[in-house]
Amino acid sequence: MKISHRALLGATVSLTLAGAALAETTITVATVNNGDMVRMQGLMDDFYAKHPDIKVEWVTLEENVLRQNVTTDIATGGGQYDVITIGTYEVPIWGKQGWLTSLNDLPADYDVDDLLPAIRGGLTVDGNLFASPFYGESSMVMYRKDLMEAAGLTMPDAPTWADIEKAAAAMTNRDAEINGICLRGKAGWGENMAFLTAMSNSFGARWFDENWNAQFDQPEWKATLDFYLNLMNQYGPPGASNNGFNENLTLFQQGKCGMWIDATVAASFVTGKDSTVADQVGFALAPDNGLGKRGNWLWAWSLAIPSSSDAQDAAKTFINWATNKDYLALVASKEGWANVPPGTRTSLYSNPEYANIPFAKMTIDSINAADPNAPTVKPVPYVGVQFVAIPEFQGLGTTVGEIFSAALAGQKTSDEALAEAQAAVTEEMKAAGYIQ
Amino acid sequence: MSTQSTRLAARLMVAPSVFVLFIWMIVPLAMTLYFSFRFYRLLTPERSGWVGFNHYLWFLNSPDFWLAIFNTLALVGGVLVITVILGVLIALLIDQPVKGQGMLRILVISPFFVMPPVAASIWENLFMHPQNGLFSAITRGFGMQPILFLEDYPLWSVIGIVSWEWLPFATLIFLTALQSLSSEQLEAAEMDGASPFNRFRYIILPHLTRAITVVILIQTIFLLGIFGEIFTTTQGGPGSASTTLPYMIFKQAIVAKDIGRAAAGGIIAVILANIVAYFLMRGIGRHLDN
Amino acid sequence: MARAQSPRRRLIATLAAWGVALTIFFPVLWMVLTSFKTEASAVAMPPELLSADWTLENYAEVWQRSDYPRFFWNSVVISIGSTLLGLAIAIPAAWSMAFVPGKRTKDLLMWMLSTKMMPAVAVLIPLYLVFQRIGLFDTKLGLILALMLMNLPIIIWMLYTYFKEIPAEILEAARMDGASLWSEIVYVLTPMALPGIASTMLLNIILAWNEAFWTITLTTTKAAPLSAFIASFSAPQGLFYAKLSAASAMAILPILILGWFSQKQLVRGLTFGAVK
Repeated sequence: MKISHRALLGATVSLTLAGAALAETTITVATVNNGDMVRMQGLMDDFYAKHPDIKVEWVTLEENVLRQNVTTDIATGGGQYDVITIGTYEVPIWGKQGWLTSLNDLPADYDVDDLLPAIRGGLTVDGNLFASPFYGESSMVMYRKDLMEAAGLTMPDAPTWADIEKAAAAMTNRDAEINGICLRGKAGWGENMAFLTAMSNSFGARWFDENWNAQFDQPEWKATLDFYLNLMNQYGPPGASNNGFNENLTLFQQGKCGMWIDATVAASFVTGKDSTVADQVGFALAPDNGLGKRGNWLWAWSLAIPSSSDAQDAAKTFINWATNKDYLALVASKEGWANVPPGTRTSLYSNPEYANIPFAKMTIDSINAADPNAPTVKPVPYVGVQFVAIPEFQGLGTTVGEIFSAALAGQKTSDEALAEAQAAVTEEMKAAGYIQ
Repeated sequence: MSTQSTRLAARLMVAPSVFVLFIWMIVPLAMTLYFSFRFYRLLTPERSGWVGFNHYLWFLNSPDFWLAIFNTLALVGGVLVITVILGVLIALLIDQPVKGQGMLRILVISPFFVMPPVAASIWENLFMHPQNGLFSAITRGFGMQPILFLEDYPLWSVIGIVSWEWLPFATLIFLTALQSLSSEQLEAAEMDGASPFNRFRYIILPHLTRAITVVILIQTIFLLGIFGEIFTTTQGGPGSASTTLPYMIFKQAIVAKDIGRAAAGGIIAVILANIVAYFLMRGIGRHLDN
Repeated sequence: MARAQSPRRRLIATLAAWGVALTIFFPVLWMVLTSFKTEASAVAMPPELLSADWTLENYAEVWQRSDYPRFFWNSVVISIGSTLLGLAIAIPAAWSMAFVPGKRTKDLLMWMLSTKMMPAVAVLIPLYLVFQRIGLFDTKLGLILALMLMNLPIIIWMLYTYFKEIPAEILEAARMDGASLWSEIVYVLTPMALPGIASTMLLNIILAWNEAFWTITLTTTKAAPLSAFIASFSAPQGLFYAKLSAASAMAILPILILGWFSQKQLVRGLTFGAVK
């Protein structure tokens, strides 16, 4: 109520000043329920003070539900949302379809050149920036310094997979319920397949060759899957085939993981107040195999405007506010630098105050080490590090994810799983018309 | 009392229900039937056209299809068996003249008021979780390894959760039915020296037949379409160990955004439901007559 | 069924009944307890009860983070609205089926039930498109209609079976006295069938309150009920068991309280013709 009163007041003032009717514009903003997004909703007073003529209605949903509702809306031209939160997977596809409004004409103070190049590249289609990054993330190794020390090991800043295996073996202590390593096993294109696809890049594997032929029958994928299964079976937690980001986070916070390779945003949680091991966490780049690519991904939750929105100008005003440098400063002033949405702007990482954050350097190094346009060793026809930016990937990734998850649960051998994945992906690619 | 005019009035009074339900059924059904023969993927609208029976063939040829049909029937059957047997036993138990009957009833029916997604996440996170769940704490307390419910017994876990949700419904109906059982009859049987089992077998059970039929019928209709609990807990896995037909459709519609295929799956589900209904009515339908 | 029992048997029965009831209720209780713990305490192993960090912070945060009253109000309007509308259509239909049965009455009932056989996910896009075209998307009216139609077969069936137990002679007597069809339904039938109508109403409010697919799919902001409220708290990044439990408790508590106060009515009318 407070908000609309103030908005009304603002409108009245403009009315008197301009002598013309100025209606309040309401925009509907759809967001995921992650911490950074929720924090933004708490800082709206600043926005309303600057833009009293715009009222924001929030739709905050869990990631899967949000994606489902937003996709259905945009694909059927529903026009329910004025600003949507989407990821680097959706932007290239939706941009190409003409479903998103180009953000090239944001005002100069937006400073588009300040965006991290890797992130900006992932959100640009044919020279048009179709979404503005709210926060960006890569993946990295988080490990227990105390356990490593007890095992007489040190973690290199840029470990190899062999280093990881050695460390996992040394830290595993079943009696004390400490698992050497925790990795995602839960089936889904954004769960285990995000991790495994990124990991496979460092083994030189790829989803498709240049002619869209599935590559799961190749030795690189076999090496990836065998290594993963062996690592998890020997040193991973029980019931890992049902563990996603949240489950592993909980385990790590409870001190039950020696290492965890996952999103860089997890760094603030494992060092945060809910963590029992907060002061013992070290960070390292995602591992490699000496092939020139690391197993880290790249993702940015970004704000975009559907072409079907009828409040384009207000939506742009909002996006400029929420993803501008000023917003980072606003969060820093209210909640401290550790809570600033990371991974979108160069200027943040050149800020000396932010450099004090323990995981700041590793985050930016990880983001810079990922290249969505050349994700793996061999050439590929697609964009995307831990995904393939084609509309079919959600279905494909989930199907393959289920097969690999079953392999982790011990229901299939890696050979069976790879053969099944190869057959399933080939069939789908035929049905979708990529190959004959 | 069926004069011409009452018959006409009766027709008129039932007409609105029939009309709205017919619209509610036919519009989505017709659209689904149409889509099931079309290439229609939400994310590639530029491609469209007729595909004949391809979507249906995709389901029939899918390695998961027969497993999914089996799982669907196992889920429905498992939940029915559990809720009917436990429901009858619990109804008998709390129908006794015990202390605090009102409070007992409240406790027993409380799962019915829990939203299905909440129920599924309570069970998954607070009970079945191999590290943080209460069950794992119990097994650890006995010095055993935690049971990996969702990994090793996925379908049973889902059946357990859904049974917990539906047990109150079954119990309530049996309880209502029991309350109409005349106590004289039971007392007479007791005087004649009938054992408790015989009293149950020859007096109580026949009295409950109709209630059991109703429970089976209504629950079957609801259970045939269940997918939310599976999505929350096992995602149909590991592999496809707990994938049911509605969950297969869910994956096509929501994950792959393939509306054509999902539509074909929907039509197959309707056919399956009708087959189940046919056998159900042949098997137990006569109990509904009176 | 109150029969004479030995005190010992009675004690055993009481203990057994309470044991079973508490077991069934336990998950709900555990969720409520979890909602008052800190996140770290919520996942502690072994589970903490006496030693737990008790806090109200989860509720405060959930309350502050979202517009609970609006979600709550939408749930109330939608579940009550769909139930009342459903009753208005179903009572005449059930009356005519019960008192003027035709040869096809049973087939008609079965057909009505069969409209529930199409899995919701399969008709997601068709219904979404229809709702969008006719302007019912994200409106309370749209959800009232959808939930009413979804539950109508059950309402009609429940009422039909209850009405059938009312002796037709009473209605005939009323008619002799010159009562019109309308007053026959309003003044004679309805009061007699009140327990049945009451429990039908309760059952449908519960079913509508708990519906969590269409209510999330067909809404964005204006009409979103508590199911959408839950969806905004499930599975975010970070620890969430305690906050999710708090949000869940807030979503189910109103209906749980309603159910607790009305369980007598619910039990009385849920006969489905089981009583002869």
